[in-house]
Amino acid sequence: MILILLFGIPAFLGVVTLFIPGEERRRVRRRLLMIGAILHALLTLALYFPGVSHSLNDYLVLDSLGFLFLSITSFLFLFVAIYSFGYFQKEHHSIPTEKGVRHLYTPCMLFFLSAMTLTTMTPHLGLLWVAIEATTLATAPLIYYHHHAQALEAAWKYLLICSVGIALALLGIFFIAAASKGSGTALFVSSFVKNAPNLDPRWLRIGFILVLVGFGTKMGLAPLHTWLPDAHSEAPSPVSALLSGALLNAAFLGILRCYQICSAAGLADFAGKLLIIFGLVSLFVAAVFITAQRDYKRLLAYSSVEHMGILSLGIGVGSGFGSLLHVINHSLTKGLLFLVAGQIVLTYRTKKIAEVQGLLKTLPATGILFAVGGLAIMGSPPFAPFISEFLILRDGWVHGHFIAMSLYLLFLSVIFVSMSKSLFDMIQGEKKELPSAQREREGEAPMALPLEGATRAPIIERYGLMTFSPFVFALIVFLLGVYLPPPLVAFLKEASSLLGRPL
Amino acid sequence: MDWLIVGIILTSFVMLGASRLASCIRMVALQGALLSILPLLAKPSFWDFHGLLLFVGSFTIKALAIPFFLFRSLKEARIKQEVEPVVSLHMTLIGGGAVLVLAFSSFRFFALPTAPFPSLIVPAALATVLIGFLLLISRTKAITQVVGFLVLENGVFLFGMTLLSDFPLTVEMGVLLDLLVGVFVMGIMVYHINRTFDHIDTTVLSKLRDIE
Amino acid sequence: MEFSALPFIIHIFILAITPPFFLGIIAKTKAFFAGRKGPPLLQVYYDLIKLFRKGAVYSKTASPLLKVAPVIIVATTFVAGLLLPITGKAPFHFEGDLILFAYLLALARFAIILAALDVGSSFEGMGASREATFGAFSELAFFLGLVVLAVTTNALSLNAIFQWESVHPTLKPVFLLLFFSFFLILLTENSRIPIDDPNTHLELTMIHEVMVLDYSGPDLGLILYSASMKLFLFMALTTSLLWPQPMEWEWISIGTLFLKIAGMAVAIGIVESANARLRLIKIPQFLIANFVVTVFALLVTVFNKGT
Repeated sequence: MILILLFGIPAFLGVVTLFIPGEERRRVRRRLLMIGAILHALLTLALYFPGVSHSLNDYLVLDSLGFLFLSITSFLFLFVAIYSFGYFQKEHHSIPTEKGVRHLYTPCMLFFLSAMTLTTMTPHLGLLWVAIEATTLATAPLIYYHHHAQALEAAWKYLLICSVGIALALLGIFFIAAASKGSGTALFVSSFVKNAPNLDPRWLRIGFILVLVGFGTKMGLAPLHTWLPDAHSEAPSPVSALLSGALLNAAFLGILRCYQICSAAGLADFAGKLLIIFGLVSLFVAAVFITAQRDYKRLLAYSSVEHMGILSLGIGVGSGFGSLLHVINHSLTKGLLFLVAGQIVLTYRTKKIAEVQGLLKTLPATGILFAVGGLAIMGSPPFAPFISEFLILRDGWVHGHFIAMSLYLLFLSVIFVSMSKSLFDMIQGEKKELPSAQREREGEAPMALPLEGATRAPIIERYGLMTFSPFVFALIVFLLGVYLPPPLVAFLKEASSLLGRPL
Repeated sequence: MDWLIVGIILTSFVMLGASRLASCIRMVALQGALLSILPLLAKPSFWDFHGLLLFVGSFTIKALAIPFFLFRSLKEARIKQEVEPVVSLHMTLIGGGAVLVLAFSSFRFFALPTAPFPSLIVPAALATVLIGFLLLISRTKAITQVVGFLVLENGVFLFGMTLLSDFPLTVEMGVLLDLLVGVFVMGIMVYHINRTFDHIDTTVLSKLRDIE
Repeated sequence: MEFSALPFIIHIFILAITPPFFLGIIAKTKAFFAGRKGPPLLQVYYDLIKLFRKGAVYSKTASPLLKVAPVIIVATTFVAGLLLPITGKAPFHFEGDLILFAYLLALARFAIILAALDVGSSFEGMGASREATFGAFSELAFFLGLVVLAVTTNALSLNAIFQWESVHPTLKPVFLLLFFSFFLILLTENSRIPIDDPNTHLELTMIHEVMVLDYSGPDLGLILYSASMKLFLFMALTTSLLWPQPMEWEWISIGTLFLKIAGMAVAIGIVESANARLRLIKIPQFLIANFVVTVFALLVTVFNKGT
């Protein structure tokens, strides 16, 4: 029952908010968003109590792998919702709104949450596909939120590339089904796993390749990542945080489900090789583009490509535990960074790295959070991503993937150097005069730049609501880096055991 | 049934060769219709409630609703009729032929018991997927890209049809619904692209790049 | 080779006498759709008689080739006609005669192109160049179509090929595809409307007619006659793809033949009335599409035979 409520409530609220249009009723919608987020978080929490059923029927079964992703999504969504409460208040005061446009934000967010939830809790590959495609459709309007040319371009690319990619994934799923032709298997992961020795490896191989390419497109694995930097940089920051922290995970989960089947059928080496190759290519592409990047939101987007590469690599080298831990760490850290980036965009009204400096002096709290997030995402101790990246390295080394691990280290260090230069250029330096203050002094009316939020109000206000969420994320990232609680370890071990390979 | 499958491939060829958007959309509607009729002819067992519901659903969505949306955005955006291919239509047609040879020559590899469907369906599905790809990459207009996506999806559907004798209704309906909403959203975006850029040529969508 | 006199004589009689009549049917159909009364059904015969009564004028620059060409064209087309079964079995048939059939038609084309170049006028030269270009495309599809037929029916003789009722039912769609393909080849080869306009004489866009501008009198009559025969052959071939030829000769098959071909002529007339001429630049695309359809037919054949 809880399972139905989990995706039913957001969907229902989404439909309700669809019928509450109009700028003046924005508050109502925002409140419904909060209610949806809180209810979802509470229900997810309820699932932790022993004795609560994790399966409803064949189509809705929450295994520990799905539960992990569900928890991340729910948690992230709650705090992003809190953040967006403050964020859009600021943004709405600043930009004249186009008619009949903005009200899609809340319903789409809620639909997205609902589709994400469904993704995590179905073991049926067909339904999984439906849910993942639904996340694409729900987020496309979110990316187009600002309704200017670049946002349109980003949204169109996102929608088309991901839809095509996901169509390929569907073909891959059918191929996997073809592998079991004759044995009467329905599309349940569990029945595939049970039936694994009878699966035709030829079909399974092609199926996995197609699924990897298809969901890999959506997950942002290079060279299929082209939509990702555009979408992440043009979407409003809370949306970017969700895209990076939750949406990419959904596609990753899709790949993991098929990996489960492959590894049960004895194709773990084959699948692992492919994952390693995709992972390393993603790391390479991310390293190159991060070095040359002039736009900090795109920089963060490429960092997502990097981390998706790490996840893929981690699974490929057989480090299930490390990769799943890294999913948590990356989601939280990237959520933190995008949320902080939202504040920076609102303040400086630019996405160029060169035009932002002295963050620490202009907005001390934001600056510190940004520094923490930056250090964490680059994988420096004592933050959580360091632990998981190190675990992946260790496991890969133990399993004998020396070349892959050496390249992994090389790319990580290149990224560390170039990214820290860019980020600390922004954080350090003298206090900079802010664009709106400058314009006001010159007596010029602030123009609505094609950027997120050109604030008309005085810039430096207290970012109360907006700082709370990043702060929570930062705290957790730090705590997890210092101490991994045993229940979490046990939970992750159980989830990674589903992937079929012993640690 | 062979006739239907041959018809499905021929419609995708007409799309490859057509120089008008309207005929592309009409063909995609026809293809959807053929596709939704196919299971009715193939399986006597399909004549139950589940099968008929599925037929009605896929026919309404693939052959009626989606073409309707596409025509509407074509009309609202007042898009010019020409297809505007990247490479000449000759080349895409030859490419279509090559793709066809590829799909059919790999049939030994893809040998699969397809009963009750004719075995032609597997290469036909692969060819349709590949032609969809060809349409996607060889056309610049946003709306033709949507058409390409639909052809691709139709190919996937054709393939799926052979494999799953008992595709659960909810899932199949979910797939169709996703498709419908997807095309709906794409149609809206086509309208916006046209309004923002005065045409729907996706070559204008190249402002976003990494290094300025 | 078995031989019976009556079917042979009737075959030659039909082949020699009737073709211009079907041009009349096409003209009538087009006139009907244009809301005109149109020329009488036998108009082409009147034209031919008129032309044969006239004297001929030859260009001074031309060689004897110009005079020989019409005879070659009529002869090759006629011999090709003897290979094609139209009412029961063809008078001559042997393994591989389909290649001879195709080459005889190609020889006729070759002769007319040479003659056109022989005149030495740039106008005719242009027509010859176009004819050669489009001929290259359509012959490719034509040959491939014959190959598909041979593969489908496991036969190498036109006679056996067109008795195809006994092929496997999964191969039947192939014949529909080939019907489309051969219909388009028919339109191309006989310069019918979407490709060329047989009625224009003064357009820079025409293909076939421009090549014969320098012919007059009996020579022009021969060319017109052979063109009608070629059209007849193609119509017979194309219709045989929808209705297989009977195994044995019967009187009734003459009736069915006339019905089939008259139906075809009406169909051509409708197509010509409903379509405008394609721009020259579009023609290769049209022919490539046709070729691809033929390839598709081949693939379906090979696939269905392979499984």
